[in-house]
Amino acid sequence: MKYGFEDFTPGRSFPLGPKLVTAEEIIEFAEEFDPQPMHLSEEAGKASILGGLAASGWHTCGMLMRMTVDSYISHSPSQAGLGVDLVEWKKPVLAGDTLSGTTTVIEQRVSKTRPGMGVVKLRHELQNQRGEIVCIAELNAMLATSAETASA
Amino acid sequence: MKFIDLYPTDVRLELGTIHFSAASIIRYAEKFDPQSFHLDAEAAKNSVFEGLCASGWQTSASWMKCFLNFWSKEARRLVAQGIEPPKLGPSPGFRNLKWLRPVYAGDDVTYFTTMKASRALASRPGTYMNTTLNEGVNQHGDVVVTFESNDLEFD
Repeated sequence: MKYGFEDFTPGRSFPLGPKLVTAEEIIEFAEEFDPQPMHLSEEAGKASILGGLAASGWHTCGMLMRMTVDSYISHSPSQAGLGVDLVEWKKPVLAGDTLSGTTTVIEQRVSKTRPGMGVVKLRHELQNQRGEIVCIAELNAMLATSAETASA
Repeated sequence: MKFIDLYPTDVRLELGTIHFSAASIIRYAEKFDPQSFHLDAEAAKNSVFEGLCASGWQTSASWMKCFLNFWSKEARRLVAQGIEPPKLGPSPGFRNLKWLRPVYAGDDVTYFTTMKASRALASRPGTYMNTTLNEGVNQHGDVVVTFESNDLEFD
């Protein structure tokens, strides 16, 4: 495993993406979870305040999750997400956008209630190809503090 | 008519129920959250969850699906009664989302929304910011997810 709990020190950052957001993916997600016109067609998106075929904010959260898995979660003793302090959808994510960003560790502590576990607070920022921040998320995740508890 | 006039604060609205099949859990996880406890029932037995369970993001996005289903029916009902449905806009985000319990393969989650507040935006006349408390409850009556959402509404 590339990263251990001890690597998630406050201030450390991990790169996210890049991830090209396609029209097909936007529509496929929206059909299942968020079938509103601006997530389903270019014409309806252009007519909305979002300005084009736009990803559901819940889709953006899914893509963010995937970027964190690919960047570091799959290389760490991650056990579970505990919760999300905030998500801000700052700008629309439009078909053809390329998302990239950074995860920064804000806090790191050993769990008081679960032996062998630690909790980290992470801040994620995603931007588009123009450098505009599209999504900010702060969340808390549980990691095993040793290889023993990771495989228990 | 404003959302808050139709659905007063602190009244919990039932939105609908989603069944989480193993197939739907795996399908979501393959795209967005490929961790073993969301992909493989055997591997999940050895995780802190002790069974195949849905990505928390799938549990959360499923609230949206239920809300829209509820809202399309409500909008039709209101029109049929001669009431103009509230003009709901996009959401700038949410806060305090908690995944309180895992959602396991086979679970049924019933989603709710409760109006908490609506305030006029001084910076954008004719625009309101609604705050709602949203919840998902499994078939045993256990709350599995809660979050506070902000949503725009227009005159």
